[in-house]
Amino acid sequence: MRVGVTVFPGSNCDRDALYAVERMGEEPVELWHAEADLKGVDAVIVPGGFSYGDYLRPGAIARFAGVMGPLEEFANGGGPVLGVCNGFQVLCEAHLLPGALLQNTHMRFVCDRVRVRVETANTPWTAGCEGGEELTLPVAHNEGNFFADAETLARLEDEDRVVLRYVGNPNGSANDIAGVCSEGRNVVGLMPHPERVSDPALGSDEGLKILRSVLVGATL
Amino acid sequence: MPETLKVRVLVRPKEGILDPQGEAVRGALPALGFGGVKTVHIGRLIEMEVESAAEVDAMCRRLLSNPTIEEYEWEVVS
Repeated sequence: MRVGVTVFPGSNCDRDALYAVERMGEEPVELWHAEADLKGVDAVIVPGGFSYGDYLRPGAIARFAGVMGPLEEFANGGGPVLGVCNGFQVLCEAHLLPGALLQNTHMRFVCDRVRVRVETANTPWTAGCEGGEELTLPVAHNEGNFFADAETLARLEDEDRVVLRYVGNPNGSANDIAGVCSEGRNVVGLMPHPERVSDPALGSDEGLKILRSVLVGATL
Repeated sequence: MPETLKVRVLVRPKEGILDPQGEAVRGALPALGFGGVKTVHIGRLIEMEVESAAEVDAMCRRLLSNPTIEEYEWEVVS
């Protein structure tokens, strides 16, 4: 499988994501922000960082980069897309995911490892996990406080679209939400960083459970 | 030379949306001896020079604000 990783000015987890794809045993493909070309990849990871310096709002400017047009087409056609941290913020700004990420309630950048529960295995990025399974994943963000209006939150819960939930809430996020998926379930946004725990040398490879999920049921 | 309009856009968190910056400032004012401050909300002021105001509203909706969490107003100042 060819897995693309978008690279915006200010992305800083792109290398980790490309390395994690290698650790998955698959082929990593860099997708430069200015090129409107997904290079025939089978899945896309929008990595973390501070795209365009987080100017205006995190993800607000990246959302209009050249690569985003084909990425939106790919996502709307059912292609698996994973946004991590800043990537989650970009996908919300692009309306590929509902809601928005507000500043952490306590006004501090949070850099930690947190316990999260996989709430649904029914997405391409959690298919290799058990529903209800707990994982320990790193978080590092200032705007990770998931917000959606009451109606949208109720819909997300009813439609089983909360993908990860914090066991202890690090940022004030609504309903302890750490990750959600799109209506079509193929687009997933997570605040925690699975790509930062893709190798025992980094302390853990639990993140591969999430990333390798995209191989489950893939017919390639 | 096309005429230039000066436009001022104000973007702020929607009513009821958590505004931790405003809260922090509200908490800091009494420490300096300023009493009686009930609420503080912090937004963003954007000033632009444009040839026409026709598309300012679209700019506000598509980029300058995020309608999920923010509201905006704008005016031509000169």
